[in-house]
Amino acid sequence: MLSRTADNLYWVARYVERADYLARILEVTMRLTALPLAYVGSTNEWDSAVATAGCGNGFFSHYSEANEDTVREFLAFSAANTSSIRNCIELARTNARAVRTALTSEMWEVINDSWLTLKKFGKGPTSREEFMRFLRFVQETSLRFDGSAYRTMLRTDAYWFFRLGLNIERADNTARILDTKYHLLLPEDTHIGGPLDYYQWAAILRSVSALTSYHWVYRESLKPWLIADLLILNPKMPRSLASCYDNLVIDCDALAEAYGRQGTSQRKARGIRTRLANSRMTEIFQNGLHEFITEFISNNNELGSAISRQYLM
Amino acid sequence: MTVCFDEMKGEDGNLRATYEGLDAWLRDLSPDVLDQRCQEAEFLFRRIGITFNVYGEADATERLIPFDVIPRIIAADEWKRLERGLTQRVKAINLYLKDIYGRREILRKGLIPEDLVFQNQVFRPEMNGQKVPHDIYIHIAGIDIVRVAADTFYVLEDNVRTPSGVSYMLENREIMMRLFPDLFSRYRVAPVENYPDELLATLRSVAPDTAAAEPNVVLLSPGIYNSAYFEHSFLADKLGIELVEGRDLMVKGGVVSMRTTEGPKRVDVIYRRVDDDFLDPLSFRPDSTLGVPGLMSAYHAGNVTLANAVGTGIADDKAIYSYMPEIVKFYLGEEPILQNVPTWRCREPDHLAYVLEHLPELVVKEVHGSGGYGMLIGPMADKGKLAAFRTRIEADPKNYIAQPTLALSTCPTWVDRGVAPRHIDLRPFVLTGSDTVRIVPGGLTRVALQRGSLVVNSSQGGGTKDTWVLDV
Repeated sequence: MLSRTADNLYWVARYVERADYLARILEVTMRLTALPLAYVGSTNEWDSAVATAGCGNGFFSHYSEANEDTVREFLAFSAANTSSIRNCIELARTNARAVRTALTSEMWEVINDSWLTLKKFGKGPTSREEFMRFLRFVQETSLRFDGSAYRTMLRTDAYWFFRLGLNIERADNTARILDTKYHLLLPEDTHIGGPLDYYQWAAILRSVSALTSYHWVYRESLKPWLIADLLILNPKMPRSLASCYDNLVIDCDALAEAYGRQGTSQRKARGIRTRLANSRMTEIFQNGLHEFITEFISNNNELGSAISRQYLM
Repeated sequence: MTVCFDEMKGEDGNLRATYEGLDAWLRDLSPDVLDQRCQEAEFLFRRIGITFNVYGEADATERLIPFDVIPRIIAADEWKRLERGLTQRVKAINLYLKDIYGRREILRKGLIPEDLVFQNQVFRPEMNGQKVPHDIYIHIAGIDIVRVAADTFYVLEDNVRTPSGVSYMLENREIMMRLFPDLFSRYRVAPVENYPDELLATLRSVAPDTAAAEPNVVLLSPGIYNSAYFEHSFLADKLGIELVEGRDLMVKGGVVSMRTTEGPKRVDVIYRRVDDDFLDPLSFRPDSTLGVPGLMSAYHAGNVTLANAVGTGIADDKAIYSYMPEIVKFYLGEEPILQNVPTWRCREPDHLAYVLEHLPELVVKEVHGSGGYGMLIGPMADKGKLAAFRTRIEADPKNYIAQPTLALSTCPTWVDRGVAPRHIDLRPFVLTGSDTVRIVPGGLTRVALQRGSLVVNSSQGGGTKDTWVLDV
């Protein structure tokens, strides 16, 4: 397979996953800000949304204040933000168009359809109802896209590169939520169980579509350390760091098997998975949750670079 | 106003036998149904993403070529003749190119003026004395044909550089078969779906001698911003070959390779949809980023086949076009089966005098123009335009040729909820391999959707039709 083709597949998956993530952040933030202040405290949730999306620098060079209008515009529709939902979908389609022969027609139709639908939204919906519909549309796009990939792609190298992109991006997204919200998840936090944080915790779970899963797994009310456990170490939760790395190891190994050669990517992925598998929450809290997440993000980036060097250049 | 030959009703208004089935079908069908089918067709085209890019239009970067649902039908015997004529013409063009970049006998005989070749921008001195694999220059040709009477077909233009449009031939048929199975059952239409196989067989047959037993064939595209990008990816997919861009290829030790996830892999045949100028920055335009540095050195070393060869523009240039009858006779010793449109070359004084005198009746074209740009259609032009063009011709007569305004045949077309005649042309595709010449029965029929218009180019509002060649 051409390196450029592999690169495009990898990025199509990343962009679609990122668009989905941004849509969920926006949806959750709109939910939180709709609650009376007494339930969520006086923090500016829109600030937090910008930070979770990982585009604080870009945002504040365009706007002086983070509020509903500016954040919605910047994260969803801004042309100036290279990672806005609109740009993600456009870039996904550009990449898809460059490798149409490597995608199945079902995948192409999903991405092309959503690009056409995106155009109908123009510069962005003005009403909240319409905006919610837009966010649903983005999340449905990623569901349909992943679903059609899962159901229609041959399990050859093309598929594994696609999955690599998706899982790297997913791991990065979950880690970023943890990175912005880690202070809410500390066990010694004085607000434990307080009404203020309850809604914040629920919001974190919603943003990785895991609120229901949480109850199924732990069968108790929301506890911050359990939320951290679910998002970091629980391999059964599809967006947890552990699950992402179980999958990344599978994807990397499948490539190694197809090509008959192991390399840095395989070693790196296995290394990170082992680290996650051998960790316990108590120990992570002891050594510092924030430090743990920061280190993970940088390891995840290194795996991304290793994949690029080994296959995509 | 001259009477045009109508594909359905001839010159005299009597229904022609080939169109009887279509006529009956059209009369059975309500306009609503046909309108609905048109919408479905458009939806399908947009959904599969069969679009083309238009240069110089920022907001409408991806457009659909309008598709007309009424097919154009060619009888079996008409097609047989076209097929023989096309084969003959393309054979002659290949021999001509070998000669021009070799012994130049045709120039020594004085049949074509030397300056027309040597001072022509599309002549490639880099190809002088170079052998190309299997002596084939034109692997894929798209020959534009128009019909002016029941038995008169003219070749309007030979496209032997990187002709496009074949994806529409294939997709138009797919969509027609989906929308109108009933109409197909009334006819025996020869299939076109084997074109990708024929093309692949052609490309594999011309691999260089140094290639592996299973030659690696790739399609080289300028990338997603090219107007024909859809077609490039479509064909690569149908052929099952890699769609590469210049940056995917590299040349080392006189061999071309592509960058893959498993390291470099040798490339033997390049079906290139990149123009000569952009192929290799070391040989041609140094500012080109679309090409592959060193490609020409690998080509000269005989380690890679380019399809089509470099320098074929010297065969389809409008200035050379008018010599095509002589070219056929000279190399094959046969009378041409397909005629040229009568053409006046403004470079010759008596021709120029005639052209200037009859300007309002003629179509004048720039020798190097394409896509329907830079031409004058005499009968449609007002006085000011005629005068302006006259000045341009007088200033640089060599740059122009002129032809009579042709009464292109018309074909029934669905416009404004009714059937009306519109002018059409035809581009069949001719494949030349080291083993044989292959022509799929059909081609791309382009239709000028504006009433009375003769310009069928898609960049100027033309549409396409499915082209049916009947089996019996």
